[in-house]
Amino acid sequence: MSELGIVYALLGAAVAVLLSGTGSAIGVGIAGQAASGVVTEDPGKFAKVLIIQLLPGTQGLYGLLIGFITLSKIGVLGGGLADLSVQTGLLILAACLPIGVVGLLSAIAQGKTAAAAIGIVAKKPEQFGKAMLFPAMVETYAILALLISFLAVSGIQV
Amino acid sequence: MAVVKMQKISICALKKNRKAILEKLQSLGVLEIGRVLDEDADFRRMDTVGKKQGFEKAAASVDQSLEILDRYIPEERSMFAALEGKKLITPEEGQNVQEERRELLKTAKLIYDLDREHAEQFAAITKLMNSIESLTPWLALDVPLKAMKTERAVFFPGTMPGGTTAEKVYGILAEKAPEVESVDVHIISQEQSTVYLALICLSEEAGAVEEALRSEGFARPSQAWDETPARQKEQMEKQIQACQGRISEIEGQIKALADERERLKIVADYYRVRADKYEVLGELPQSDRTFFIGGYIPASAARKVADYLTERYDCMVDVEELEEDEEPPVILKNNPFSANMEGVVESYGLPVKGEIDPTTIMSFFYVFFFGMMLSDAAYGVIVAVVCGILVLKFPRMSPGMKKSLKLFFYCGLSTIVWGILFGGYFGNIVDIVSAKFFGTTITPPALWFVPLNEPMKLLLYSLLFGVIHLFTGLAIKGYLCIRDGKIMDFFCDVVLWFMLLAGLILLLLPSDLFASIAQMEIVFPGWLNTLAKALAIIGAAGIVLMSGRSNRNPALRIALGAYDLYNITGWLSDVLSYSRLLALGLATGVIASVINQMGSMLPNNVIGIICFILIFIVGHAMNLAINLLGAYVHTNRLQFVEFFGKFYEGGGRPFHPFRENTKYAEIKEETLS
Repeated sequence: MSELGIVYALLGAAVAVLLSGTGSAIGVGIAGQAASGVVTEDPGKFAKVLIIQLLPGTQGLYGLLIGFITLSKIGVLGGGLADLSVQTGLLILAACLPIGVVGLLSAIAQGKTAAAAIGIVAKKPEQFGKAMLFPAMVETYAILALLISFLAVSGIQV
Repeated sequence: MAVVKMQKISICALKKNRKAILEKLQSLGVLEIGRVLDEDADFRRMDTVGKKQGFEKAAASVDQSLEILDRYIPEERSMFAALEGKKLITPEEGQNVQEERRELLKTAKLIYDLDREHAEQFAAITKLMNSIESLTPWLALDVPLKAMKTERAVFFPGTMPGGTTAEKVYGILAEKAPEVESVDVHIISQEQSTVYLALICLSEEAGAVEEALRSEGFARPSQAWDETPARQKEQMEKQIQACQGRISEIEGQIKALADERERLKIVADYYRVRADKYEVLGELPQSDRTFFIGGYIPASAARKVADYLTERYDCMVDVEELEEDEEPPVILKNNPFSANMEGVVESYGLPVKGEIDPTTIMSFFYVFFFGMMLSDAAYGVIVAVVCGILVLKFPRMSPGMKKSLKLFFYCGLSTIVWGILFGGYFGNIVDIVSAKFFGTTITPPALWFVPLNEPMKLLLYSLLFGVIHLFTGLAIKGYLCIRDGKIMDFFCDVVLWFMLLAGLILLLLPSDLFASIAQMEIVFPGWLNTLAKALAIIGAAGIVLMSGRSNRNPALRIALGAYDLYNITGWLSDVLSYSRLLALGLATGVIASVINQMGSMLPNNVIGIICFILIFIVGHAMNLAINLLGAYVHTNRLQFVEFFGKFYEGGGRPFHPFRENTKYAEIKEETLS
């Protein structure tokens, strides 16, 4: 049974990257639709709306970060798989859950907020600084989840 | 660190000096026009709408001619055109162009007309081409393509559906118009769906023939021509050639006018500036001989303007202090370093009356936090060098752009420092390259510590920096309370909170919870523990009792106080928010390592090294871009939400002076000497 440990751990890395990446893709997609609409009307706002469109993309990066740390911790990178017990494997899987789940949901919510913020830029481009702030508020919770996932993964003894 | 002091200036001068004074004020650009006097029997406003619109129209027509010029001969623009800013011209150049403004307007009109003719010629060519196309099937006909008659006979051309032959036509005629005696059918040409034919018949039978054939799909051609189709075609081809000749002539003429581009730009600006002047002129109250102008002016300029005007013209200049309840427009003034962060404050909101300009204090935290979030020395070097070069290379860029670039320059410097402290150079590129190509792993030492190895340590420092930032904000609020003489507010809203928070922090430090997080135990002497407890209890009790002090009902007052105490959770979330300093710093470093790792998996040969370099450049460029964005957004957030939330609201009105608002060129500014 003890071979399963490494499987659970890898599943954790997969969950972190998979869920948060999916969330970011959806979020950036939602914001991108709004951004395209603005650029149709006024191509000069391209740079500004692009920046706002990118904001929900960070969750995917956070997931990648946790996934990478997990992979290097269990030795998938560079050969020499660690010998993990089932318990340790499940611990790592649990540690990966926060950034996966919060990343998925917060990126979608942030995408919607970013779409609305793009609306601000469309009508009042001088309020760009404030428009950028609303999506950033949502991101806080992804950052908190990243922090816990990171501390948990790096804290588990292998 | 200050808001520039404003004064009110009122000028009453003779109308004969109106033009000179207005133009001087406009070129100085230090006065925001305000309402000085209401209209009455003696003072009336002038109606300048017509003139203003005239100038606006002139500016628009020159703009349009410039656009046309750009279409024919695109102006060479470098990638950094947006950074170059407006061209600087001398007053003499401006004067020269101004004298020739009528000719230049004519030039603009000429360009516009030429462009229109250009389009018309193209339309004519298209029309001729269509005619030639419709004429092509008739080319074999050697008489003009139109109905003609002799004394007894008529000739007319027409089309029938595809597949019609001469026999078929005779058949139709025999069937439908048996009375027709003589008719001659010539098939001119045939196409898939149409047959082109010509008919000759007796005049009296023409009606019957056409009637009979029409029922089978006969139609006359839509256009009649006086020449034979072949000659007609030749003529039209000549016309097309003429049109093409004219088009290249027009293009040549327009290209020859391209040299006027710079002068046209200046004249467009001239009309724009005059339109602005007439707009202001329309707001001024004027009597038969005098006029009034006035508004807000920075106090530093007020005296100089007053002296300048009274020396040269017969006028009355009155400078006065603002009244208590007035909300003047805001200009920020800061030291050369902090001034670059004014744009950040502006995007949140300028200070209103009674608030201080937070720029200077914020600027240090801003650069500090930004560097911590990006935290890679190599990225810092790239940002600082790129911004530094751009600023030096394009001295005429717009002031806002210059400030932003300088802001990033300083943030880049801070990033270098943090990168060295944390040992990050393109993530772990030194380790990877040394291990891959030289066989030994060299790790550049971190001056302080490596966050990836001791994340808890950095988390605690992040929160500590957060507490310092927040306490600074609260201290500024305290300063404002004292400055405004609100001692009670100072004590209740600031001192009590300081006591409570300091007490709680001191209680937390020696606890087991903190020991397990920080992996170090702090033991305070007994008196300090007692003091901590006392501070926390007094603070909490004070807040409960005092927060609702404006309320007379004691029960409600306590309830409001208890509710205010609940704000402690707000403080907790504010402090935790600074954990992003750690998270974003880690994100930069780890993703950079991922890129390096990807590169290092390639084989150690020429192609492998080329791919390694490619991955390195593309990967790090993307990582830098996205983390630069992240650091910028989240630094702003920490300032706007956490820091400003403690003491600053904003909402001031920016200063909009009466000035030469040009689009293309700027005339060297005049100064008062």
